[in-house]
Amino acid sequence: MGGYITKRLLAAIPVLLGLTVIVFVIMALIPGDPATAILGSYATPENVERLNSQLGLDKPLWHQYFIWLGNLLQGDFGRSYTLNRPVLDEVLERFSATLILAGTALVLCSLLGLVAGIVSAVRQYGWADKIITLVVLIGISTPSFWLGLILILIFAVELNWFPASGMFAIYGGGDLPDLLWHLFLPAVTLAAVATGVISRLTRTAMLEVLRQDYIRTARAKGLPENTVIYKHAFKAALVSIIPVIGIQAGFVLGGAVYIETVFQWPGIGSMLVKAISTRDLLLVQGGVLVVATAYVLFNLAADVVQTVVDPRLR
Amino acid sequence: MPGTIDAADPIKNRKPARPDSIRLLLNNQLATAGLLVFCLIVVLAIAAPLLPLGDPDATDLANRLLAPSAEEHILGTDSLGRDILSRLVWGTRVSLAVGISATLIAAFFGSLIGLVAGYAAGRTDTLLMRGIDMIMAFPYILLALAIVAVLGPGLLNALYAIAVVNIPFFARNIRGIALGLSRREFVDAARLSGKSNVQILFGEVLPNVLPVIIITMSTTIGWMILETAGLSFLGLGAQPPQADLGSMLGQGRKVLFTSPHVSIIPGLMIFALVMSINLLGDGIRDVLDPRLKSGSLTRPVARTAIERSFVPDVAALREDAILDIQGLRTEFRIGSEIYRAVGGVDLSIDKGECLGVVGESGSGKSVSAMSVMGLVPTPPGRITGGVALLGGEDLFSASNERIRQLRGAAVSYVFQDPLSTLHPLFRVGEQLVEAIQAHGSMTGSQAREKAENLLRMVRIPNPGERLKAYPHELSGGMRQRVSIAMALANDADVIIADEPTTALDVTVQAQILSLLDALRKQNNTGILFITHDFGVVSAICDRVAVMYGGKIVETGTTEEILAAPAHPYTAKLIDCVPVLGEPQRRLDAIEGRPPVVNNLPDGCAFAPRCFHARDDCRSGEIEMTMLGARRGVRCLFPLGEPKQVRETTKKGTR
Amino acid sequence: MGPALLSMDNVERVFGGGKTLLGRVLPAVHAVQGITLEVQRGETLGIVGESGCGKSTLARMLVGLDAPTGGSITFDGEDLAALARSDPRAVARKIQYVFQDPLASLNPRKTIRAILEAPLIHLLGMDRHRRGQRLEELMRDVNLTPEFLDRYPHEFSGGQAQRIGIARALAAEPELIVLDEPVSALDVSVQAQVLNILEGLKREFGLTYLFISHDLSVIESVSDRVAVLYFGNLVEIGSAASVFDSAQHPYTRLLLNSAPAPGRKSLAAEDAETELPDPFNPPPGCAFHARCPSRSNRCREQEPVLECATDDAHHRVACHHPNIRTTVK
Repeated sequence: MGGYITKRLLAAIPVLLGLTVIVFVIMALIPGDPATAILGSYATPENVERLNSQLGLDKPLWHQYFIWLGNLLQGDFGRSYTLNRPVLDEVLERFSATLILAGTALVLCSLLGLVAGIVSAVRQYGWADKIITLVVLIGISTPSFWLGLILILIFAVELNWFPASGMFAIYGGGDLPDLLWHLFLPAVTLAAVATGVISRLTRTAMLEVLRQDYIRTARAKGLPENTVIYKHAFKAALVSIIPVIGIQAGFVLGGAVYIETVFQWPGIGSMLVKAISTRDLLLVQGGVLVVATAYVLFNLAADVVQTVVDPRLR
Repeated sequence: MPGTIDAADPIKNRKPARPDSIRLLLNNQLATAGLLVFCLIVVLAIAAPLLPLGDPDATDLANRLLAPSAEEHILGTDSLGRDILSRLVWGTRVSLAVGISATLIAAFFGSLIGLVAGYAAGRTDTLLMRGIDMIMAFPYILLALAIVAVLGPGLLNALYAIAVVNIPFFARNIRGIALGLSRREFVDAARLSGKSNVQILFGEVLPNVLPVIIITMSTTIGWMILETAGLSFLGLGAQPPQADLGSMLGQGRKVLFTSPHVSIIPGLMIFALVMSINLLGDGIRDVLDPRLKSGSLTRPVARTAIERSFVPDVAALREDAILDIQGLRTEFRIGSEIYRAVGGVDLSIDKGECLGVVGESGSGKSVSAMSVMGLVPTPPGRITGGVALLGGEDLFSASNERIRQLRGAAVSYVFQDPLSTLHPLFRVGEQLVEAIQAHGSMTGSQAREKAENLLRMVRIPNPGERLKAYPHELSGGMRQRVSIAMALANDADVIIADEPTTALDVTVQAQILSLLDALRKQNNTGILFITHDFGVVSAICDRVAVMYGGKIVETGTTEEILAAPAHPYTAKLIDCVPVLGEPQRRLDAIEGRPPVVNNLPDGCAFAPRCFHARDDCRSGEIEMTMLGARRGVRCLFPLGEPKQVRETTKKGTR
Repeated sequence: MGPALLSMDNVERVFGGGKTLLGRVLPAVHAVQGITLEVQRGETLGIVGESGCGKSTLARMLVGLDAPTGGSITFDGEDLAALARSDPRAVARKIQYVFQDPLASLNPRKTIRAILEAPLIHLLGMDRHRRGQRLEELMRDVNLTPEFLDRYPHEFSGGQAQRIGIARALAAEPELIVLDEPVSALDVSVQAQVLNILEGLKREFGLTYLFISHDLSVIESVSDRVAVLYFGNLVEIGSAASVFDSAQHPYTRLLLNSAPAPGRKSLAAEDAETELPDPFNPPPGCAFHARCPSRSNRCREQEPVLECATDDAHHRVACHHPNIRTTVK
């Protein structure tokens, strides 16, 4: 078990390195001269050349990669020219806001999705199943950014129950209830789609498992139906649900881009959108790297949970 | 050449496959609705240049932000005074085109990668899938953002970005299927027919993967439209003045509080489009996925439905019988077909007796056994007649809770494949303890001690350690011993063993058979033993019931039946298998096939394959003729002396 | 006996193994360990063994679907592995294969015509007209009506599908057919149909069969000679009569005594604790010694080689303590 976790951790290293390679290659593909981009179009050729050699841009590409990687490992992600502050500082600050939003949404969608999926499977073809199926279908067909707008219109503008944007109230906010109050609408919006996906999958997985021979064995032993469903079937279904929760984490992290823009949540998503339109590429690069790393680590955790549940994987 | 030309139609009422799929799709009301809405939207989008719509980009600042139903502007105008209806239709056109193109690009490259990786396996597979894993290591939209960041905002760039991030999705799905297919025997067969790798990949594997590609496309196209709309919403896709639904929504957001209709309308359009695609996609999936097609993905309930239209008068229970089944009928209803799997079966088992039920697949032997404790899956199964008396109590009128108490206590089961019948995620000890505690008030440690004793009883070496093992850590024989231990946990009166040794090797089978035999004598347990093998019957059964087409055709003691089978089917069944030590014996093949239970012939089900059949055999109900106290045969012209029987049948074949 | 049609010389197949990039040795399974045997033209050699004995691996190597990692297979004087690499179609023209699961071996999306035509096109290069005639012949050879040619596999029962599988193997006009458990997936009542057809075809076309099965009674009824496999090793080989009547290897005797037969009341069963050794970590000496009633220290240390144990020069056994006693039936 411990050996397995170590092995998984080690296996994550090449994945993380691969991430940096992809990001590096994408950035290297950018047309134009970074030095000019940094110094502006009025820079003198000498200045450009000096900066190029400072940045190591006159060296071969693979050499540049290792210089760049070395810098990353020392925490040097470069400076954002639009914000004029170190990229890492900005990214980490923004990322914590995203983590709060995405984390809440992930917990929300996992819980709701599991419950809805199980109810749906156990009451197959009953009214609860039909309602859940319909709601789920609507959920996965709705653009989340539009759902956000609608929720703002209803709950913030019309009913005035929740704030329309931001993470904290501008005056006198900053405590936990204030945060939760601001968090509610964006988290629900972000969770909506993933809830649908998880619930659908849970339903299918449960139905699939309930037809297995070992469920018949459990019944033949005379176990109460609740034990059969919530212990035997659910544990077996989890094996196919856990990886999907891992994938949904990626959708939630990515979906945060829209939701943060809609709700003006000061997270990494809205930062990225702004950075892309201002072509602040170092900021984009830093943001993408940090979020992708977090996602890899999360999936690593999902893998470990998976082996705890399924002894056949050890 | 022996035998005759086989021209019998294997399957009745053949229907061509293709119209069937479309009919199935249209049977699904939601999918049909989806199809209609989707077609409507597509037609609107295609016909956009022909419709009497204004220029979608013509600005008219005097008429900005008009509410819907304004004259000339049915859906109102946006912040630049452009007609929303016109922009909506043209925007839908763009969104659809982008979504479909992105899907096609992703499907093509993803499927190609998946096919090659799955078929080639080994290094190629590892290399390709590591690459795919790298792409998947990025949260979905993030990679698209990074790509757009590099390429610069623009509709075409958004299309590429969305296509690229969806390639892994196709590649993974298709690779899994292709990998499975490439290990299938028909691929080896094609190779042995002289086909090259390319011919096999595109001629044999691809046609089987195609449905999965279509399913994946139909379920992702909605996503793709949503995601491209999302990029446009963020201002990274369609650039003004061009508009797709996403950029319309993005622009509308700025005037959300004052003129909500500007953002609500395009959002509704995206929703309608994606919803219709998803409904249609689900419909297509249900039609193309054979598992769902047969309706098998329905959840079996805890106990078989009992709808008895016929309850026989319960004759006085024989004194020794512990389980007495009379007139049992079990049916499966699949679509409009009724499969009469069990059509009136009588069986009774005495204390400590082993009754063998012999038959081929589809004879109804397993269904009879599963019916006793209501383990036939419902839907589609239901018990439609008969009684099962356990010590005088009718199991078919007992409450669900009563049945639960009896299952695993008075009547326990041992199933065929011990790997699939034990729960893979629980230790065998936990599963045994659970069985013990379901029927008593033992503490955990008492139950564990009993579990250990049970493992010792089925002669598993080192039982204390084995309690901690998971099923996959045990060999097939050991797993079946665990299953038997579980069946013995509560001193059952009857064990129903459904082909318990069929999945095992001969040497292990001999071990399990002698173990079962010893245990039933030691505990005086009755066994209902289901098998297709007369050799196994000889080894363990006292009496035999032979089943054919859902009915018992012959019953008697093992010796009687082996020495002098009275039913022609029994005789043939014994004669058609090679017997160890008699290599020179000519195998007496039974021509034709076992009957299908949704289309049983009138009269004797065996008549079409029987050399003795006369006209009388083909009509009416053939009754069981009793030849002795517990010896009966369901045949109008039973066979006589054993020697003679073999002579006549042999003449018949030659 | 004349020159053998097929001979295997010390054939081995190891799965896995090798080293990782970091030099760690990966676990290896010796599926087939040094098998030497010959198949004569026109005979049926039965190969019998339980799961994990390597019989399917052996079969796949014979038809070129897999290659041995050691030793050599010679067919009619040619090295089979080399031929399979340079010209796999040449191997397919000489040796064909009948699969265990008849439905799985037919592509569900192809008609029977397309399936049977493939070897005619790719192996024999027949033109359209000749193919039409040949297809009808093939169907008749396996007692099926040619009208079935335009149907799809799912429309056939197991017995019919297996006959189509046999027709496909015949289509290539091979000299040797490897039959890998050809009847074990079939209902007992149709097994005999298939066995009888196989026997008739062999006589009519002078075929040579390598018949693999776990079912002793089937093997006994079809084979001229029998080879018994245990844990990747050939433990006994000889004429069917002599192996079945005077089995020499204790494993062969165990098999014979365990096999159920109508009328046989008690099966000699071993005690528990006695199953296959760990394939990743095979014991030294004889692979069967842990289960063997007449084992000695020698069995634990020294691997027995195949040698004559009776007067019959063709009946050989790999055992340190072969028993001449006739099997009790």
